[in-house]
Amino acid sequence: MKAGVKLSPSAMIGISMIGLFVFAGLFGPAIAPYDVGPHALDFAHRFQGPSAAHWLGTDSKGLDTLSQLLWGARSALTLSVITVAITSTVGLALGTIAGWYRGFVEELVMRVVDILMAFPGILMNIAIVATVAAPGVGVVILALSANGWVGYARVARAQVLALRERDYVAAAVSLGASNRRVMWKHLVPNLMGPALVQMSFGLGGVIMIEAALSFLGLGPQVDYTWGAMLDQARTFVWKAEWFRVYAIVPGLAIMWVVLGANLLGDGLRDRFDPRNRGRS
Amino acid sequence: MSIGAFLLRRLGSGVLAILGVSILVFAFLHLVPGDPVDHLAGGEATPDQRKKIEQCMGLDRSIPAQFVTFLGHVADGTLGHQCATGNADKRTVAGRIAEVFPHTLWLAIAGMLVAIVLALPLGILAAIRRGTWIDTLATTLSLSAVALPQMMFAPLLLLWFFIMLGWLPGPTELGPAALILPAFAVGTHLMAMLARMTRSSMVEVLGEDYVRTARAKGLPEGRVLFVHALRNALLPVITVAGLQFGSLLSGAIIIENVFARPGLGTTLLEAILERNYPVVQGTVLVIAVIYVAVNVLVDLAYGLADPRIRRG
Repeated sequence: MKAGVKLSPSAMIGISMIGLFVFAGLFGPAIAPYDVGPHALDFAHRFQGPSAAHWLGTDSKGLDTLSQLLWGARSALTLSVITVAITSTVGLALGTIAGWYRGFVEELVMRVVDILMAFPGILMNIAIVATVAAPGVGVVILALSANGWVGYARVARAQVLALRERDYVAAAVSLGASNRRVMWKHLVPNLMGPALVQMSFGLGGVIMIEAALSFLGLGPQVDYTWGAMLDQARTFVWKAEWFRVYAIVPGLAIMWVVLGANLLGDGLRDRFDPRNRGRS
Repeated sequence: MSIGAFLLRRLGSGVLAILGVSILVFAFLHLVPGDPVDHLAGGEATPDQRKKIEQCMGLDRSIPAQFVTFLGHVADGTLGHQCATGNADKRTVAGRIAEVFPHTLWLAIAGMLVAIVLALPLGILAAIRRGTWIDTLATTLSLSAVALPQMMFAPLLLLWFFIMLGWLPGPTELGPAALILPAFAVGTHLMAMLARMTRSSMVEVLGEDYVRTARAKGLPEGRVLFVHALRNALLPVITVAGLQFGSLLSGAIIIENVFARPGLGTTLLEAILERNYPVVQGTVLVIAVIYVAVNVLVDLAYGLADPRIRRG
């Protein structure tokens, strides 16, 4: 088997778990049995237990739990993909530039990294969203991106600092390759391994923080994010015995994605970190 | 590098970072739309009352002058005034923080205790029995606990132990017994990361030559494990635990929210929502100082314990 595609069984499990999440995010709203918009409110059927009509019951407004869960997958997928794309691009770019040019640029980037790391990450996200006070998907993405790039920048810089000493980089420079060419063709492709590891863990982190924001009422202002579902659940969980389903299912969905992302991240790290080769 | 120079450098960059956070927050608060006086004064405030709040918060002066005033309040230890109601609240920001900080501190200590007590045995056991079902179980447990959202777990704990069983006090209560559930909710999450760290560190150390030597000398296995291996394996574990403690000290906002406990995180959120700039500014500063200080201390401890780090 080619070494390039060989991944541990747990990484494969992680990929499958993330795969199901992506599937639910893409097609969930299409296969959701009910609508979850404001016109679908049905107060006559609130707090129902699981039934043939509502597999996972209904919530405090009579909305179908399963449908909310599927719509929640869409919102979690959209938000996490965009956030990971932004943070990884910005972080990898800044980290590569810092590691390659060194000097003032590196000093500047790393001081900003220091500042952003001098404050607990999730608290900063919460603070930004609360300050902007116009909650929406855009604000949440902005808040998550504000400090989310730091991890990628650190990974990229560390990699570039090691890579720049390699012979093939020296060879490229002595052949007259421009800075941009060296970074784009020789450095970036070689730091994608550790970057993928970071992206995998990053995905789990984004899902968790977004849920926390929604739980605190600071997320995108829709009812069907997983965090908002958990928020509703804790308010009404004592009202109806069957409503405990509602208190658990979105949590399990979050757990599913985070666990999948972490398994995948672990597996990729074992694959890409040379120190782990040949060890279990 | 000597330990003194090491400490000086870390402290220097720490202070710079804290100053950076303060300036950033200051700039951010003034960039974002929304008049703080509207929030604090309420709809029925007279122009006179509004003026008082404006003066109390220093909003009538230029932004650089406001920042200098803030630095002055840092120096005199008050961190500024709250300026809450029409007739300017006399309580200082430092006073408000001092009120909630003990709750944050106790939760941090108790949560950390839960985490360590659960993590060490789990991690050590998994490392010793590597590759067996015990290892698999421990790994699965800790991976699941990392992924377990506190937003689900904490309310469920309340449901079981407060509502259904009635064994433990519920939200808004603050006695020692009321600390158990929040500490457990925080602790299980941290436990997971610590247990994984303990396992991997222990596995690494058990493969070292000095452990083989100790075994070859015929030392009892218990002595090899706990004296030779564990002492060295604990170093990275202590680092992670220290960093976790640092973030706990800055406020476990979800747990505070679920259990309706006062704390630093909640104070910050409240201050932001009521647009009380002096309180936001002060709380951010305190959190950043605690966070950076714990990080420096952890680095320092590590540097003292392992001379190789200092050369980095």
